Order: sequence, then C-alpha cells, then structure tokens
Amino acid sequence: MARVVVDVMLKPEILDPQGQAVQRALPRLGFEGISDVRQGKRFELEVDGPVDEAALARIHDLAESFLANTVIEDFTVKVEEVAEAAK
Amino acid sequence: MSRTPLDTVEHAAATPDVELPWAELGLKKDEYERVVEILGRRPTGAELAMYSVMWSEHCSYKSSKVHLRQFGEKAPQSDALLVGIGENAGVVDVGQGYAVTFKVESHNHPSYVEPYQGAATGVGGIVRDIIAMGARPVAVVDPLRFGAADHPDTKRVLPGVVAGIGGYGNCLGLPNIGGEVVFDSCYQGNPLVNAGAIGVMRHEDIHLAKASGAGNKVILYGARTGGDGIGGASILASETFDDAKPSKRPAVQVGDPFQEKLLIECTLEAFQEKLVVGIQDLGAAGLSCATSELASNGSGGMRVTLDDVPLRDSTLSPEEILMSESQERMCAVVEPEKVDRFLEICAKWDVIATVIGEVTDGDRLEIYWHGGKIVDVDPRTVAHEGPVYERPYARPEWQDALQADDANKLARPASSAELKDQVLKLVASPNQASKKWITSQYDHFVQGNTVLAQPEDSGMIRIDEETGLGVAIATDGNGRYAKLDPYHGAQLALAEAYRNVATTGAKPLAVSDCLNFGSPEDPAVMWQFAEAVRGLADACLQLGTPVTGGNVSLYNQTGEVAIHPTPVVAVLGVIDDVARRTPVAFQEEGQLLYLLGDTREEFSGSAWSQVVHDHLGGLPPQVDLERERLLAEILISASRDGMIDSAHDLSDGGLIQAVVESALLGGKGARLVVPDGLDAFTLLFSESAGRAVVAVPRSEEVRFNDMCGARGLPATRIGVVDGDSVELQGEFTLSLEELRVAHEETIPALLK
Amino acid sequence: MTARIGVVTFPGSLDDRDTQRAIRLAGAEPVALWHKDKDLKQVDAVVLPGGFSYGDYLRAGAISRFSPVMETVIEQAKAGLPVLGICNGFQVLTEAHLLPGGMLGNDHLHFICRDQKLRVENADTAWTSDYEAGQEIFIPLKNMDGRYVADQYTLDKLEAEGRVAFRYLDFNPNGSLNDIAGITNEAGNVVGLMPHPEHAVEPLIGSGRTDGLPFFTSILKKLVNA
Repeated sequence: MARVVVDVMLKPEILDPQGQAVQRALPRLGFEGISDVRQGKRFELEVDGPVDEAALARIHDLAESFLANTVIEDFTVKVEEVAEAAK
Repeated sequence: MSRTPLDTVEHAAATPDVELPWAELGLKKDEYERVVEILGRRPTGAELAMYSVMWSEHCSYKSSKVHLRQFGEKAPQSDALLVGIGENAGVVDVGQGYAVTFKVESHNHPSYVEPYQGAATGVGGIVRDIIAMGARPVAVVDPLRFGAADHPDTKRVLPGVVAGIGGYGNCLGLPNIGGEVVFDSCYQGNPLVNAGAIGVMRHEDIHLAKASGAGNKVILYGARTGGDGIGGASILASETFDDAKPSKRPAVQVGDPFQEKLLIECTLEAFQEKLVVGIQDLGAAGLSCATSELASNGSGGMRVTLDDVPLRDSTLSPEEILMSESQERMCAVVEPEKVDRFLEICAKWDVIATVIGEVTDGDRLEIYWHGGKIVDVDPRTVAHEGPVYERPYARPEWQDALQADDANKLARPASSAELKDQVLKLVASPNQASKKWITSQYDHFVQGNTVLAQPEDSGMIRIDEETGLGVAIATDGNGRYAKLDPYHGAQLALAEAYRNVATTGAKPLAVSDCLNFGSPEDPAVMWQFAEAVRGLADACLQLGTPVTGGNVSLYNQTGEVAIHPTPVVAVLGVIDDVARRTPVAFQEEGQLLYLLGDTREEFSGSAWSQVVHDHLGGLPPQVDLERERLLAEILISASRDGMIDSAHDLSDGGLIQAVVESALLGGKGARLVVPDGLDAFTLLFSESAGRAVVAVPRSEEVRFNDMCGARGLPATRIGVVDGDSVELQGEFTLSLEELRVAHEETIPALLK
Repeated sequence: MTARIGVVTFPGSLDDRDTQRAIRLAGAEPVALWHKDKDLKQVDAVVLPGGFSYGDYLRAGAISRFSPVMETVIEQAKAGLPVLGICNGFQVLTEAHLLPGGMLGNDHLHFICRDQKLRVENADTAWTSDYEAGQEIFIPLKNMDGRYVADQYTLDKLEAEGRVAFRYLDFNPNGSLNDIAGITNEAGNVVGLMPHPEHAVEPLIGSGRTDGLPFFTSILKKLVNA
C-alpha cells in the first residue's frame, strides 16, 4: 500500500485572507522574519496496489477535475511511501 | 492483542471482590454502594459506565430535582400544554391543529474549552431534541453571556462561539431569530452558551421517547460512533485492555452540521410515513442514555448487541461505545415490517442506519458484546431512579449588606451636559450597544418565514402561509437582578420575556428555562437556586404560563467564585396573523410616543449603575405580575386592532435605550418631554418593570387612550416621532448619526 | 398554460422549499428535482438553490457539481435551458464551468447576513428581463464563500460583454472583484448570483420587500411567451 499526497494551493495571484490572518498573528506570538503565509489543503490518498504511472495519471485527473478547482487553485501530486514498521 | 476476560454479568457475579474505579468515574461511595444493592452484585464495567454517566449531575438533576418539582406542583391550568416536563421538549398547542415544541439548553463548559465546537454542538443537541418530538425545527435562538468585553479571553471565546453557532445553525438552514449577548466579569471563566430551538408539527405527529411492542427493532442511525467526549470511560477501558490505544480520547466533540441536516430530513420523512414508534436523540451519555430512557419509558425491556454499532474507531471498548458522545446520532424504535422502508429512507439521504437491538417482553435492558452479556439492568434504575439530594442551602451572609447598598443614593448627573454624556455612554456600553456584528453572522432569512428577528423584542416565525398563524419567542435573563434577589430576579426574567413576546403582538403561552448557577455544594449557591426556582414557579402560576421543560447547568464557577445566578427564561407566544406584528422601529414621523406603566426611582442593578458607577447593590425593580398581564393584554389588543405602529419593551437601560433603538432602526428621531411628576434622569434611566413605549398614529390616539383608561393602565404621552435626532426638551439633542456611531461601533472595535 | 420550473435538492440544500414558494408566488409551477435523478421531468427551466450542499466540504458546490442531475443540467444548459444558480447554486455553476470564475471565502472570514443593495447591470437575460438596466434593488445576502474571483482576462471579458448581471452597491460584503454579485453566460440563459431573490418575494417576510420577485416573473413571461 502506498500513500499519494495531493497538495492544493490557491493560485498565487488570488487573495488568501486566512493565510493573511495567520501571518498577522505571527508577530504577536513572537515569530519574526516570516514575510508571507498562504494556506492550502492536503489530501492523503491511501492507494491499493502499486502506484505506477497509470495510477498516478488517474490521480492527476482526479486532482485536476475534483480535488482542485483549477480556475482558482494549483495542485501537486507526490508519492509518499508508508513505513513498513507501522505494522 | 492480549486481553483480560470480558467483564460479563456472569464474570461480575463470580468476582465480587474486583475493585472498580467508581470514584474516578465521578460516583460517590454511597452511590456506588447503591448500584451494588440494586444489582445484587458488583456492576460490570459497562454497567458502571452507564450508571456513572446517567447518575451525573448533568443527566440526573440530582441536586436540582427536589426544587424543580415545583414547576409541576405549581403548574397553572393550561389547555395549551400537550406534552409537559420530562420529555425531550415540551409541546404546546398553538391552534389550527399545530403544535409547537421548544426548549433551551446550556453548553457552557464545552464552549469555554473549545468555543467553536462547543457552541456548534450545543446547537446540534438542542435541534435533535426538537426532531425527537416529531417536529420540523423552524428557528434557533442563542442567549449568550461572556466575561468582560475588554478582557483578552473574551476575544478568544466570543468570536469562536458566534462562528460556531453560525457555522452549525446556518448550515442546517435554521433561521437564528433571537437571543441575548451580555458581558459581565462574573462570566470570565464560565461563559454561558445557551441554545434554544423551536419546532412545529401537527398534533397527530407528536412522537415520544419510548420503546414499546416486543419484537420492535431498535435502529441506530446517523454518524458512526467514535471516541468523542468519553474522558471518564477510558479509565474503564484501560482496566479491560492492556495494550496501547490512542492514549487520550478527545474531550471535545466535533460537530458535523451536514450530517445533522441529513438526519433532520430523513427523520422527518420517516415520521411522515408513520414508521416510528419511539425515538430518542443521542446527546450527553450517548447510547447509555438513549437505550435506558427508551426502555424505561416503554412497556417492555430491550436487548442490544453492541457489536452492531457502526464505529469510526475500531479500538473502542464496549464501555466507551456506551459512553461516547459522538454527535449527530439518533435511535428509533420501528416495527419489524417497517424496518426495510426506514432503512431505505436513510439510504436515500446517505445516512448510515443499523438495527442494533429489539424491544423484549421482559423488563430488563440487556446489552451484549462479543456474545457475552455485559449489561443486565432494570433501565428505570439507570434513567429515572438516580440519587436525589436535599442539598443544604442558606441565605448568604453578604446578602443583607448587598441589598442595603442601594443604587438610588449614587451620584446622579448634575447638569444637562452630564445627562447627555451619560446617555451616550450608556448606549455605547458593551451590554447596551448594537449586537449587529454578532447577529449578522447568523442566517435569519432561511426557510422564508421569518417575520421578526433580533434586535426585535421577540423573534417571530410564520407557521402557516394561508392563515398567517405565527409563533414568537423571547429569551431573557438578568444575572445582576438575580444576584440582588434571586426570587424576584427570576420573576423579572420571566416578566421581561413575557413582555417582549406581547410587545410584538403575540400572546404568551408557555415557558422553558435554562438555569445557570454555580456549585450546588455551596449552600449560598443552592439558596440562590432554590429561590430562583421558587420565584419562577410562583410567577408562572400567576401569569398562567406553564413551564414545559428546561435545563439546569450547575458548577459554573471558578474556584470559590460562582457566576451571578442566571436563570434564563424563554417565553413562547402565538399570534393569529403575523401581518399584525408590531416592530421596534419607528415607522412614521408625527406618531405619538406613549409610555405605558409606572416609572419609579429604581436604579439598583440597572445598566446605568453599572456603566456610570460600576455598582451592583440594592434591590431589583419591583415585580407586579398583574400589571405585566394587563400591559401584555393592552399591547396585544393594540397590535390586533392597529392602534400602534411600533412598540418596545423597557428593560435594562430604561426608556432612553428603548427610544434610541427604535429611532436608529427606523431612521427617524424623537422629541421627548419630561412628563409631570418625573425628573429627566428618572424618565431616562429608571428600570421599573411592567413598561413599554409605543408609537400611536394620531388617528388612533383617542381610541388608544380610551382603552388604556378603561382598563386602568397608566399611559403617559412623552413625545413624538420626529426629525433626525433624539431630543429631550430643555436638556439635550443627540443626532441619529452621533447615536449610531456610539451604539454600533463598540462591539466591532472590541472584537477586531 | 404556465411554466414548470424545477428546483434541485442536493443533500444540504436549504433554500429549495423557499425557492419553490417564490416560483409559486410568481405564478409558475415549481417541480422538485432530486440530485440522484438524471431526469429533469421535462421542466422549462431549473433553479439550483442556496444552502450548504455536502456541507460546503472540499469547496462550496464542488461535490454537487458531479451529481447525476447536473450531468443533464450541464448538457441542457449548453443547449439553451434557462438555469438560475442562487448562492450555493451559483457556486455549483462556477464549479461546473457553466459560468466563468470561482467563489472563495469572504475576505473578512465571517459568515454575513444582510439586506444588500444591488444594481441590475444586465436586464436582458432570461432571469432579469422584468428589471430595468441600472435599477437599484435590495436583496438578502447570506453566505460564507461569496467572494467572486476570476483572472483579469475573464473579468475584462465579462465587463466588455455586459455579462456582469448584478453589482454590489454602497458596500462590498465579501471582497468580490469588481463588486460582482452575479453574472450571466454569453447566451443569457444561465445566471448565477450570491444574494437570495427568493427571500424577497413577500411583504413582511424576510427583508419585507418584494425586490426579488422579478427574477421569477421574468422567466415565467419568457417561457409563456415563447
């Protein structure tokens, strides 16, 4: 079994008030030197069977058509191996 | 996974000496001994879980029960009451074949720990109570109390609570039409988040929480069961299992309003097809409560197989499943031949539904796990025969000194300039300021039946499109008055809510309450509680409005310091045609302003004494319930016969607060004169009860005066709706713009 | 003869019954449509109502957009079926790419409920012909995700083609670009807006105004005269 992670972020040109609210809170909490915060979504897909090119292509389609709205959002797909030790 | 033997009934009988962690589960020694006596053996872990949670203060009302009985004993004769105290919510006949159910509950402590989820799940819980009666929920109201407005923690708690109420209620499609927001440092560590809901049904659709008919199936439907809110039961779990499991169960329940919306729709559809014999929502104490209450209210017993409960977390122990407070779940009792159709409706709405047991012809509640019987109890001993305490109570020593510290001796404004200054200060103070920042986060349009919503005196909903039949609800409470005199303070809360309903033109019918107090183990708090209940019961009897149900929240205190005793009273009223409702806003220039009732020098506990002098002492305003009843009759008649175009109840903040609100809402000013026998200060700031200010069209003046005169209600002309300022002749003029800035900018500035 | 106007109920739709009432008050026949049915029951027009379908989870409207009923709605809208999306319905229409742009959370991060002043910018669509261009109206607004966004090219195109149907006046309640409250497709048969005309159809109820009724009389006249 493998895990595929899809990260969805608002496109850079789109205002992200949640990220801004987080950033505005940082100095109050004593964190300096962070010039920008943007907030996104992370989807963890537990995939049965091998994550081959075909599977990744399907996940890419899923991300493009459903998990992200590409009018306003960008996304990335990456494979994350699940550690065997957890069993 | 290795595990010790399952703690079955058999095992418990064979191992009498096993020590169970009853103290950690909150039971007292004598309570545990009583469980052993009832069962004739030691309880199993699962039984202990059930008794401990059902015998908690929250579920059993063990400290308050002896006092609450008065609501039944002193109940006024009322034809309106269809279902009284003891069910999930009371039901009131509002005519034309309609019945209305309503209730107010507290979700205080969870909202302090996690404001968003605490408040959200509070809305979810009260709405499920309403559905469980067979009604479609039609509106919610939220009486809220927070610490000092400028305290940093208020900035954490308030926005979270408001967002939680909105986030949940808006998503359910329930208009939020009323409530209150009060600030007082006494609520700093103990905010009061009370939530009320109203539901409507036809008389024949009333459903009750009972399981009858041997062979009928018990269906659990809604969300899967997870480890929410079972802090206590985990102790038992660790006795049963010795392997590692999620180390800490979440004490905070998380709400899923989308799931609840589906639950509402599928439950109502099942009701419509007459598929349900009995129904109960799962709230506090989860399955323990639902199974024991359903079984004890029915005619037979019940057998439940816990293995069939759909789980979100497969590591849960049976004790944890029984105690889980996972939200958005309900339990229905359905005849066997209707089970398929019931499950079909659930599937239509994508709601998980599972048969977990059946009604038996015995009188025991039996629960099985992995083939072993882990619970075998008389359900009545769990649900209804919990401990009852006669807690000692005593009037606190400080009460006399507090009452002697009369606010009437405080320095009053010495000049017109000072009077004007104090008016501005009052209307800008956090408690008197506009709560628009808060209420604009609630949907009050959805369902398309909202006639009035906050800041009106009461929320009003149309329930029949053809006839215009409607219901109104107001919630009120004044902890400052109740602190000065809990007996009369509770009566003043009722009087205000009663008056607020009548001011909008509706006839008050019935009462629900949410009684928020400190620790019952403190005799002074217990005295406040006893006095408040006695006062409320006496007043309900006199006004003819029965208490249909309610909620008690105790232990609202930090260390030794309790909150002000805060009985919050909800009054439900009915109006034959919502087209006749009376709004707060001034409608037309030239209309005459009349002050109804008697104005006395009553400033103790007032908003003025708090805002100008930071003072609390003396005796609260006099209570005259016959006067309240007369005032209500006049307001209702005047509304029905078109004699008044706007009306506003006078309460905290007095006349000037009411006039400023009516003026700002209507965008029309007022010219006021001080009538004979009163001084300007008393006219503006007195909080005498039993009063309202109304705007009378000139064409109706004679008729209106005649009516008040004939029935003996003092009606004093105090001015006219006019211009774009509020003027008190010979004293001051404040432009509406000046007042708007003062009144509307306070709350946003504090919470930004 | 009157027109039959369908109102889709998605799981979590809230204003479906209210929309049916508004259609009835305008004199047309409301027809309930279910999200799992592809069948539109031969209605003459469809309204996607407000609410929180699927709890607004993922993105507002994103899951409903893939429901069976939407397959037919998308297909027929492209062939000219009049479709109105109100609030959550507008969000579904942008997710379905029947209307350009997208909807995001309000810039102030709060739910907002108010009686909102709008200007009718385009009175030539199927749903706005009973208004005058430039008319100022008050319509209740209530949403969490009401911020209309689109890239500059799309915005310029919408403005140039007169496809901004409604604009917020005096106060922008959610940070929408160009104060956009509602838009139309090129053909004028598909319109979406955030405010709720179905809550402004009866005196006394809701906002106490009837400024929203022309939405429903516009479509009725168009269908009956067709």
